[in-house]
Amino acid sequence: MREPVSFRVLRVVGLTLLTLFVLGPIYVMVSSSLKPLGDVQGKFTWIPSTITFDPFIDIWSTVPLARYFGNSLVISLLATVCSVVLAISAAYAISRYRFHGRSAFRITVLSTQMFPGILFLLPLYLIFVNIGQLTGFALQGSRLALVITYLTFSLPFAIWMLVGYFDSIPRELDEAAHVDGAGPIGALVRVVLPSAAPGIAAVAIYSFMTAWGETLFASVMTNQDSRTLAIGLREYSTQTNVYWNEVMAASLVVSVPVVVGFLLLQRYLVQGLTAGAVK
Amino acid sequence: MATSTSPRTGRAQTPRPARRAPRSHLAPGWLPYVLLAPALLFELLVHIIPMVTGIFISTLELTQFYVRRWLDAPSAGVGNFKIALDFDGAIGASLLRSFGITFAFTICTLALSWALGMFAAVLLQRPFRGRNVLRTLFLVPYALPVYAGVIVWKFMLGRDNGMVNALLSGLGITDGSTFWLLGNNAFVSTVVVAVWRLWPFAFLTLMAGLQSVPGEVYEAAAVDGAGMWQQFRSFTLPMLRPVNQVLLLVLFLWSFNDFNVPYILFGQSVPASADLISIHVYQASFITWNFGVGSAMSVLLLLVLLVITAVYLPLSSRRMRDA
Repeated sequence: MREPVSFRVLRVVGLTLLTLFVLGPIYVMVSSSLKPLGDVQGKFTWIPSTITFDPFIDIWSTVPLARYFGNSLVISLLATVCSVVLAISAAYAISRYRFHGRSAFRITVLSTQMFPGILFLLPLYLIFVNIGQLTGFALQGSRLALVITYLTFSLPFAIWMLVGYFDSIPRELDEAAHVDGAGPIGALVRVVLPSAAPGIAAVAIYSFMTAWGETLFASVMTNQDSRTLAIGLREYSTQTNVYWNEVMAASLVVSVPVVVGFLLLQRYLVQGLTAGAVK
Repeated sequence: MATSTSPRTGRAQTPRPARRAPRSHLAPGWLPYVLLAPALLFELLVHIIPMVTGIFISTLELTQFYVRRWLDAPSAGVGNFKIALDFDGAIGASLLRSFGITFAFTICTLALSWALGMFAAVLLQRPFRGRNVLRTLFLVPYALPVYAGVIVWKFMLGRDNGMVNALLSGLGITDGSTFWLLGNNAFVSTVVVAVWRLWPFAFLTLMAGLQSVPGEVYEAAAVDGAGMWQQFRSFTLPMLRPVNQVLLLVLFLWSFNDFNVPYILFGQSVPASADLISIHVYQASFITWNFGVGSAMSVLLLLVLLVITAVYLPLSSRRMRDA
C-alpha cells in the first residue's frame, strides 16, 4: 500500500526524536564511563578530553563491586530457577485441568501483581525477623530471604504467560504421549516443555531482570554481606565526592548481561504478550 | 475447550485395559492442586500473609522499641488512622499532598508513555529499512536495570555537570543553570525519567497488539479512500481496545506505585514535589521508624487502589461491549 508523503516525513521526524530521547542517556553513560574524573566533575562535555579505561578497572576497588555482583547473580539465578519451575507447574495445572478454585487461583495470583511492594515490605520484614527468632536462622538480611521474595515478584506474569503458551500446544500431543504410556508429568516433560521452550526462555529472562533490578526490598532486607548491585552502586557517592565516571562504568557493566539477554529473547516476550492479548 | 474434552470423554467410555484408566489425562483429583501448591505457598508467604499482618500492624502502636518483639506492641485502635487522616495535622496534611502528587504524576506518566508507545508502534507497523533496528533499540530503556537507567538521569540532571543543562543552554533555551532536582522542577524530572523507562513497555505491548490487526482491514480501508488518520481512528484504535484495557491498568498501577525513580534520583531527601506515595510510606516507616502509622498509610493506599480498580474494570469492560 502507498504511504502519503506526509506520513513518511512524520515517520522520519518522529522516529529521529524518539531515537535521540532513548539514546541520549545511553550515550552519556558510555561516553562518561570513558572520561577521566576531572571531565565529569566540571561542565558537561559531549566528547571525552582523553579516552581512558581506568574507570572500568577502578570500579572493582572503589567499592566491593565483585561481591555485590556475585550476590546479585546468585540471588537472581536462584529466584529465576525457582520461579520458572513453580510457574511451569502451576501453568500446566491451569492449562490442562479444570478443577474447583481454578479461576480463584488465577485472580488471587494476578491481583498480588497490582499492589505496591511498600504494602507488604514492612510486615514481611517483621515476619522474617520473627522466623529468625523462632528458628535461630537469621533469615532477615540473608540472600535466601531475597530469593524467596523475588521469586514471587515474577511468578504471576510467568504463570500468565506460560498458560498462554501451553494452551497453544495441541492436546493431541499430550494424548499421543499418554498412548505411549506416559503419565501427566511425563507428558509435561516430554511433550509440553520442549514445545514451550521459547516461552520458558522469555519467562526466565523476565524473572532474572525483575530480580536483578529490584531496589526497594534490597534497600531494607540486605546487610553488608548480602548487599546487591541495586544498593551497592550508591556507594560510589561519598559525602564529599561522586565518582561519576565510575558510576557510569559500573552501570554499564551491570546492565550488559540483562540487556543482551532481553534483546535476544524479546521476540518470544512479544509472542507471549500477543498470545495473552488475543485471548 | 468443548472440542478438546468431548473426544476424551468419549474414549473413556469405550472399554480399554483397566490399568490405563487412572492415567486418564482428565482425571481431576489431587494432581492439579499438588501442581499449584508450591506457587500458592510462596504467594501466601510473601504477599497474602504479610498484607493481612499489615492490616493488623496498622492497629498497633509500633515504634522502634518494639521491632524485635512487635507482637507485644500496645494496641492503638484506630489511632494510627486518625493520625494519618487528620488533614489539619502535619502527618495527615503531607499524606494528602503525597496522594495528590502521586495522582498528578500517574496521569502525566501514563498519558505520555501511552502516547509515545502508540506513536512509535504505528510508525513502525509497516516494513521499511532499519525498522528492526529501531524496534530493538526502543526497548533498551526498559531492559536496563532500573537503578542503572535512573542513575544516569541523576547525573544528566545535575546543575553544574549535567548533560540536560548543557544541551538546553547550547540550544539557547535556558541559561543552563537550572536546578532540575529541586523544587517544582523535581516533579518534571521525575515524570520525564519515569516516561523514559516506561514507554518502551507500552510500545512493546501495542506492537504485539497491532500484529493481530489483519492487513486486509487496511487494504479495504485504503480502497475506500480512508486517510491514515481515519484508518487509525476507525480501525486501529478499536482493534486495540482489549490490549489497551489491560495496558492502561498496568501503566497506571506501575506509575502509581513507583518507588524506584524518586528513590534513586533523590535518595533520602525527596523534594516535596516528587514525594510519591510509595516513597512517602517508606520514609514514614523506615526513616521515622513509626511502623504503626506507616502501616495505616499502607492500608489507606490499598483501599484507594482497590476502589480505582473496582471502578475501572467494569467501566472499561462496558465500553468494550458497547464498541
